Amino acid sequence: MKPFTTLTSKLIPLPHRNIDTDQIIPARYLKVTDKAGLAEGLFHDWRYDAQGTANPNFVLNQPQFQGASILLAGDNFGCGSSREHAPWALVGWGIRAVISTSFADIFRNNALKNGLLPVIVDEGTLQSLFDLTEESPQAEVTIELKTRSLRLPDGSMVEFPIDAFAHKCLLEGVDQLGYIRSFEDQIAAYEFARGISIIG
Amino acid sequence: MPKTIFDKVWQSHVVAQAPDSPVVLYIDLHLVHEVTSPQAFSGLRQRDLTVRRPERTVATIDHSTPTKGLSLSLVDDMAAQQIRQFQTNCQDFGVPLYDLDSDERGIVHVVGPEQGFTQPGMTIVCGDSHTSTHGAFGALAFGIGTSEVEHVLATQCLLQYRPKTCLVNFEGELQPGVTAKDMILALIAEIGIGGGTGYVFEYAGSAVRSLDMEARMTLCNMSIEAGARAGMIAPDEIAFEYLKGRPHAPQGEDWDVALANWESLPSDPGAGYDKEISIDVSTLEPMLTYGTNPGMGVPVGIAIPDPARVSDLGQREALEGALRYMDLTPGKSLAGQKVDVIFVGSCTNGRISDLRQAASVLIGRKVADGVRLLVVPGSEKVRAQAEAEGIDQIVRQAGGEWRFAGCSMCIAMNGDQLQPGQYAVSTSNRNFEGRQGKGGRTFLASPLTAAASAIAGRVTDPRKYV
Ligand code: SF4
Repeated sequence: MKPFTTLTSKLIPLPHRNIDTDQIIPARYLKVTDKAGLAEGLFHDWRYDAQGTANPNFVLNQPQFQGASILLAGDNFGCGSSREHAPWALVGWGIRAVISTSFADIFRNNALKNGLLPVIVDEGTLQSLFDLTEESPQAEVTIELKTRSLRLPDGSMVEFPIDAFAHKCLLEGVDQLGYIRSFEDQIAAYEFARGISIIG
Repeated sequence: MPKTIFDKVWQSHVVAQAPDSPVVLYIDLHLVHEVTSPQAFSGLRQRDLTVRRPERTVATIDHSTPTKGLSLSLVDDMAAQQIRQFQTNCQDFGVPLYDLDSDERGIVHVVGPEQGFTQPGMTIVCGDSHTSTHGAFGALAFGIGTSEVEHVLATQCLLQYRPKTCLVNFEGELQPGVTAKDMILALIAEIGIGGGTGYVFEYAGSAVRSLDMEARMTLCNMSIEAGARAGMIAPDEIAFEYLKGRPHAPQGEDWDVALANWESLPSDPGAGYDKEISIDVSTLEPMLTYGTNPGMGVPVGIAIPDPARVSDLGQREALEGALRYMDLTPGKSLAGQKVDVIFVGSCTNGRISDLRQAASVLIGRKVADGVRLLVVPGSEKVRAQAEAEGIDQIVRQAGGEWRFAGCSMCIAMNGDQLQPGQYAVSTSNRNFEGRQGKGGRTFLASPLTAAASAIAGRVTDPRKYV
């Protein structure tokens, strides 16, 4: 996994609550057997009409947001299905962080495993960020993971919570499967103590 | 110190924990399906790893399988290719697969309990959020992402933080025509779809104790729709009775040993929870969702809320957006709303008792003109049982379609789907925009409500038919 250190970008505003993973990537895009190419399906049914024409009002289609990498969304982002295709699609499109007041558990876990940073802020901060995108859509914010902070255009800093383990994994690009495998002795001892035989 | 059932299962599965790090949690049973596993198997190949415990891994094909017949020519090329890849993966890694031609194949959350794989006290995961279903047996069961599927395949372990616990007490007696589906829809309507985020639910109370195992599974199934990753119910005689004699349940002496262990699982008196909720079910009515998430639910005869009366701006906008998508008028009840499709099936309500309930309304009646009724058993075993009871004939004579097992229109990956603008009453678990087909509109309800609505061609209170 690519380490995450700092990120400076415009904010892409998506002011809806409870954005579910069926919206992030509709189920018909889940027939793939790899992780590539999912960006095309990202927010597909909001991005395109029935004929497949791009909806000019949808943020991801607006020229000023091309190349932006921070999504700003309403409460409870990523609820619904466990599909990791949701973070794959977001990352595939170029999103590296999502700012919201809360995230669904499975989405948050999946995001962290793909170098996609869920940034939790309070309601007041979220609202002020949405206001910022209206007043000065070109404004950029900086996420500095090391200090767990978000730097706003006026220079003020907002801290966000992230657990120590996820913090380290993102900063150093820790391979979590490798980490679990480092407990092999304990896993084997656990299995032995419970009569879970080695041959099965 | 008194412990909850969650504490007991959690603590007995902790393998290790480093400071400031999540727990390495042992997983007893890993269920796998074709949609969320291909990239995990690719990961194993890239690292040259094997599946650590193939005998604790169970694979079935459900999401993109055809239900009109069992030939892959009935689904599109990508779905067919995904299924073929899954068959190869299972073969290469020695994972037992309930393949397309198996008489025991079906939706992963129907097959696990039906075959006796799901047992009290286990940790169970699957790359699927409705893994919460298995908590009905007193297992700690939750959905994971594909990276985690790879972790479990390779190590039989997962990294997890301890969630908080919430006791959900359902007290009282259900009225005729009101079911477990209505209980869970009422809970989610009350606490919202984020109300359970960070928690594991334990369902308790007299109303839960009197539910059979299939109804308990319906209840636990939709825990995730409240944001809770898992729901658990203390195992009792009803659970043991269900499990006894199932192909993969312990037999003989092993059964006695297992039973003694299972009997020690229920929460100790005085055990503490981080939160408690109580719901009186005696006044509960059949529930329906009217909006675009499972928390937007109301009793069948009650008016859907009017955004003009919602003071919170964010909530008002969300409600307005949902009603626009659903093309519904606020302030009116859903009863009488015209419907196009009725879907009976899914891991929420695709078991034999669900089909019996639907059949009890359909028997001797006809589906309204212009309405399409699709009945999809949750597994091939359920299908065989239903056919032995003549339920397939009741469905067909009513004018409905009778299908092979699979997820079907719950997720609309296999060609079974709504057309844009159509309204459906569905016994599945998600009414998100486009979930059952792009532009489709879903009202979630119980099998009784679905069947009654099929007969009337309109959203209908099932109590006039029971
Ligand atoms: S029936 Fe629906 S919810 Fe259940 S596993 Fe299948 S797609 Fe998921």
